Amino acid sequence: MKRDLNIKIHEITRVEGHGNIVIDVKKGEIKELKLEIIESPRFFEMMLRGRRYDEAQHIMARICGICAVSHTSAALRAIEDAMDIKVSRQATLLRKLAFDGEMLQSHILHIFFLVLPDLAGVGSIVPLLASHPEMAKTGLELKRLANEICETVGGRHIHPISLFPGGVVFTPKPADLKKLKRELEASFTGLEAALEFLADSELPDFSLEREFISLKSKGEYAFYSGEPVSSLGKEIDPKGFTEEVKEYVVEHSSAKHARSSKGTYMVGALARVNNNRRQLGPKAKDALKASGMKLPCYNPFMNNMAQLIECFHATEEAIGFIDELLELGPKPEPLARPRGHGRGVGIVEAPRGTLYHEYEINRDGIIESSVCIIPTAQNLRSIEDDLRAFVPTVLDRPKAEIAKGVETLVRAYDPCISCSAHIMDVSFLD
Amino acid sequence: MESQEKPRVAFFSFTCCEGCQLMVLSCEKELPEILKHIKIVNFREAMTEKSDDYDIAFVEGSISRRDEIRKIKKIRKQAKVVVALGACSSTGGLNCLKNRYQMEEVKEAVYGKKAAAHYKLIDTIPARPIDDVVEVDYYLHGCPISKKEFLSFLTALLMGKNPDIVNHPVCVDCKMAGNICVFEKGGHCLGPVSRGGCDAICVTYGTWCWGCRGPVDNPNIDSHRETLERYGLTAEAVISRFALYGQCRQGKKC
Repeated sequence: MKRDLNIKIHEITRVEGHGNIVIDVKKGEIKELKLEIIESPRFFEMMLRGRRYDEAQHIMARICGICAVSHTSAALRAIEDAMDIKVSRQATLLRKLAFDGEMLQSHILHIFFLVLPDLAGVGSIVPLLASHPEMAKTGLELKRLANEICETVGGRHIHPISLFPGGVVFTPKPADLKKLKRELEASFTGLEAALEFLADSELPDFSLEREFISLKSKGEYAFYSGEPVSSLGKEIDPKGFTEEVKEYVVEHSSAKHARSSKGTYMVGALARVNNNRRQLGPKAKDALKASGMKLPCYNPFMNNMAQLIECFHATEEAIGFIDELLELGPKPEPLARPRGHGRGVGIVEAPRGTLYHEYEINRDGIIESSVCIIPTAQNLRSIEDDLRAFVPTVLDRPKAEIAKGVETLVRAYDPCISCSAHIMDVSFLD
Repeated sequence: MESQEKPRVAFFSFTCCEGCQLMVLSCEKELPEILKHIKIVNFREAMTEKSDDYDIAFVEGSISRRDEIRKIKKIRKQAKVVVALGACSSTGGLNCLKNRYQMEEVKEAVYGKKAAAHYKLIDTIPARPIDDVVEVDYYLHGCPISKKEFLSFLTALLMGKNPDIVNHPVCVDCKMAGNICVFEKGGHCLGPVSRGGCDAICVTYGTWCWGCRGPVDNPNIDSHRETLERYGLTAEAVISRFALYGQCRQGKKC
């Protein structure tokens, strides 16, 4: 259709951080299309420089309020890699439990607070409380429980306290863990209601084939640890991650963009479900079947479904971790001490995808330099590619509908813009 | 009783992690009740509707770019009450750590020479609290804010009472929480001079007070210095600890 269209969405709502969408179509041809990231850059690389190693997890958590546990975990793993610190099984279990809590909290927030209003045709969770009270209350309850997991282990979800280099500095009481387990077991009902709602909702039938990058772990569905892999059948050396994935500066974004050696790639729930579906727990596998999602799935709108499937998995996994902790009988442990110094890498699967931290720590335990690659920055190129392919398919619709469609598409990625404009990596494209 | 229109409340976010807004969203139990008493008209993180007509503005984040100065002035002009939400907004927070360096150096180190010189979006100025630019009526401290404090603040404000902002050191909260003193355990802590109201959560969960709420008004610095010296801490180590959240208020006005 040879029409003119000019869309500028100023400050996309119901996403974390500040971004604009700009689309200019002349005679049916896209002249300009960009996702502007206008978030103020924060320069964490410079904030961290010269600070002590045991402040890094505290500082880096503050890149993002939503994925603070992920940043904390990536920081801890990078510190412990650099300083040759081995943590105990109990500490690892507690960290992984907090990680599941964050995965649930972040996905639930996105699905219920940010996406469901779109599907129900309202502007936020406030009218949703009136139009779909059961669904809204289920969302609030699931989110409360997810917060409680992080609170039980780390003191709070936003900027957790107890996760510390060398281990964990707080031991939850068995009674609190048992209470969590009971509530988690009861929470599948809410997840199933959400699954039914999402499966019945009409999502745009749109696909664009691309590379998926995620961690993969031998023993489990990779969240907290694993090795980076690509859906194109390639294993990536963790220490050489920045060789495979390159960041670059674009003028319309205070967040860098990234590309792999193959070009555009996507990270996040959809990438993980595609790459690691065999390792999902039994209930998550059932959810995948019930969702009607066919794998490999290249429809970015289905990222929300992938998030929900991961909620089933994270709940199952958290129950398993609690069982193991109760069997161990949680008790206070001393922190494992540093045994070296140098360069260290920590990679985790944050709710929005592969998160990479790298620090250079000197003999005195002071951080000299750091690199950090954020999931949303890695997805920006993929989002723009999607928009470029999606807009022509809806050009015959009214402008307002197109605007809503593109906003929904961007939102489906669950972009975390504060994170993406944290800005700390030091590779130039001059 | 005459029915009154609900106060119109807006949330805004400058340079930060948006964790304080998220803390508001994590009032899951209280949210439905809160919404009976206020009308939220602007909350980009959670809703599509936007309005420039509001009475109370909650502002999180530091000011760290020139365009943010213009925006915060506009908010001040519109709102009857401006509340600084969290450390970045009320004291400058961790963002001020970058103020240790020249801004040109900061930009070039991260984006490279070309982008630093030409790209408008990465313009940056030393980070500062919002009261460096506009007058602030109330401060909610902490990184992140405390949910409990936010709820009691909001309740007081809606009832027309003067909200009670904590002005005692973290040590008071720590005693109430029944914690063993960090100094007694061989660590060091900013609790004696930092503003409480956080239930000493960082000590309860195994670390020390990092000073995220800034100093209490009139802190007893001499006594704290004595304490630190008694436990064998060097001036350097102490200054470094304070610098994490206290960069902006140290020495020169940024």
